[in-house]
Amino acid sequence: MENVHENKINSVGQQKKSKWSQILKEKWLYFMILPGLAYFIIFKYVPMWGIIIAFQDYSPFLGVWQSQWVGLEHFQYFFSNPDFLRLLRNTFILALYDLVFFFPAPIILSLMLNEIRLSAYKRTLQTFVYVPHFMSWVIIASISYVFLTTGGGLVNDLIARFIGTEVNFLSSPEWFRPMIIGQIIWKETGWGTVIFLAALASVDQEQYEAAIVDGAGRFRRLWHVTLPGLRSTIVILLILRLGNFLDTGFQQIYLMSNSLNRSVADVFDTYVYFVGITEGAFSYSTAVGLFKSIVGIVLIVGADRFAKKLGQSGLF
Amino acid sequence: MHKMHNTGPGRVFDIFNHIFLAVVAMITVIPFLYIIGGSFASESELATRSFFVIPHEFTTNAYNYIFSTDAVLRSLGISILVTVLGTLVSMILTLTMAYPLSRPTMIGRNLLLNLILFSMLFGGGMIPTYLLVKELGLLDSIWALILPVAINPFNLIIVKTFFQQLPKELEDASKIDGCTEFQTFWRVMLPLSKPVIATFTLFYAVFYWNDFFNALLYLTDTSKWPIQLLLQQLVMVANTGLGDLQEASLYEPPEESVKLAVIVVATVPILIFYPFLQKHFAKGVMLGSVKG
Repeated sequence: MENVHENKINSVGQQKKSKWSQILKEKWLYFMILPGLAYFIIFKYVPMWGIIIAFQDYSPFLGVWQSQWVGLEHFQYFFSNPDFLRLLRNTFILALYDLVFFFPAPIILSLMLNEIRLSAYKRTLQTFVYVPHFMSWVIIASISYVFLTTGGGLVNDLIARFIGTEVNFLSSPEWFRPMIIGQIIWKETGWGTVIFLAALASVDQEQYEAAIVDGAGRFRRLWHVTLPGLRSTIVILLILRLGNFLDTGFQQIYLMSNSLNRSVADVFDTYVYFVGITEGAFSYSTAVGLFKSIVGIVLIVGADRFAKKLGQSGLF
Repeated sequence: MHKMHNTGPGRVFDIFNHIFLAVVAMITVIPFLYIIGGSFASESELATRSFFVIPHEFTTNAYNYIFSTDAVLRSLGISILVTVLGTLVSMILTLTMAYPLSRPTMIGRNLLLNLILFSMLFGGGMIPTYLLVKELGLLDSIWALILPVAINPFNLIIVKTFFQQLPKELEDASKIDGCTEFQTFWRVMLPLSKPVIATFTLFYAVFYWNDFFNALLYLTDTSKWPIQLLLQQLVMVANTGLGDLQEASLYEPPEESVKLAVIVVATVPILIFYPFLQKHFAKGVMLGSVKG
């Protein structure tokens, strides 16, 4: 009995010793990781700790340590504030539009590109449609301003010539959402085909040959061979998109919003910016940001579970 | 297979498909062509002609003007500095962190990976990060555009997965030769990682060049504005001319063409590197779709 006990202590001691000798032996690994680790601690984990100001009346003069605790007051204020429903609605509608109008676009475009047999022509088309992906949102927004503005904008010149009156795209609430989705479609559809074209390239050619032997025409081959080949890619991207459902791009929305379309343009991120940075309501805006983060994490974990249920490998 | 395409509805579809895709390609590039063409046109031509790519009367007035002001040159300089410095910092941090995380023998590796994963799902958010940057005294410093976003965790994980896939024999061999871990990393692993290094260097460089958010958040001093923020002020914020950003404007600016010229100036670096970007970004997408 005692012997066994002693042995146990010994082996634990040895394990500890070997752990340390292992660390010593590979000490360079630990030196190497230090800068990166410092980055994650300082710029990722310290701000997480900073979330506690959402439960305080944070004052920059008093600092985090001295500021007064207020519990859930900011959350109560936010949920009873009409802003809350407005933000939720704006974010939700934009995300839904994105899903309905943008999500299928790269799939359709890649199917069409896939039908081009002349590879030089296909490559040229790809080179063209990928360009906007690499441009900043400031450039996309600037180009939109140049084209859509009233009194000189190209699009409005054309519209005025045909209809007689100009359309105030940039500052009317009813045009905000179509404009945002239009920009996303213009910027990202081309690039979005990369992943689908790769999936299409990996579809087994023998299946096509077999389908031809069976007398399947072009559209039947598309339906029975090509689309099933894309299914798992589509499902995983759809799930990823649902996981990031609330992530409307801050830069794009900020750039395209102004005092005239703010009623439909405000989403959680831009609201946090305006209330927090511009107006200095640090605690309240942190609470709003925290609410969004928590909903976000629930969505991602939910999407991952869902993916696993469908037999996909999950997101992590 | 090809015989089928020449007849009936398939043929009609092919014709439609070719034309449709050509139109799509035109729609993506025509706005850029107009912007470039318009930046070389005179003010009166911009005001009277609706759409054109090649101006009747070629003039570099807009460029002469923007390069005679300090504001654009200074902003370009800052954007270049932030892009070069930021990419360097990001690559060093990403590579030196990814390598240890890729070694299966490293103790604490799983804990660290979980900490990184968690930070991808949940974060402090805009305001706590802003307050931290402020506390660190980085407001109105170009480091505020670099340090808070120095490591992209997605890139980190992909690079880590790449290191993991390198043959283990290489590491063993260099250890037998008496190399330390760092020497193995520096002399054996890095030379083998050139394609991955190229890909992520471009990823980071494009990010830094295009970033507008951090400049908006952390810089109030107009003399430190990168080109993206200057462009936004110029085109979108009404009644701001370049003249407002410096002491004295030389002459009445040709307004519309100046806007177009600044858009071109902010776009050109991306277009110059575009062939590389296209190749390497596509590779990055593929690397990213392989899970770590």
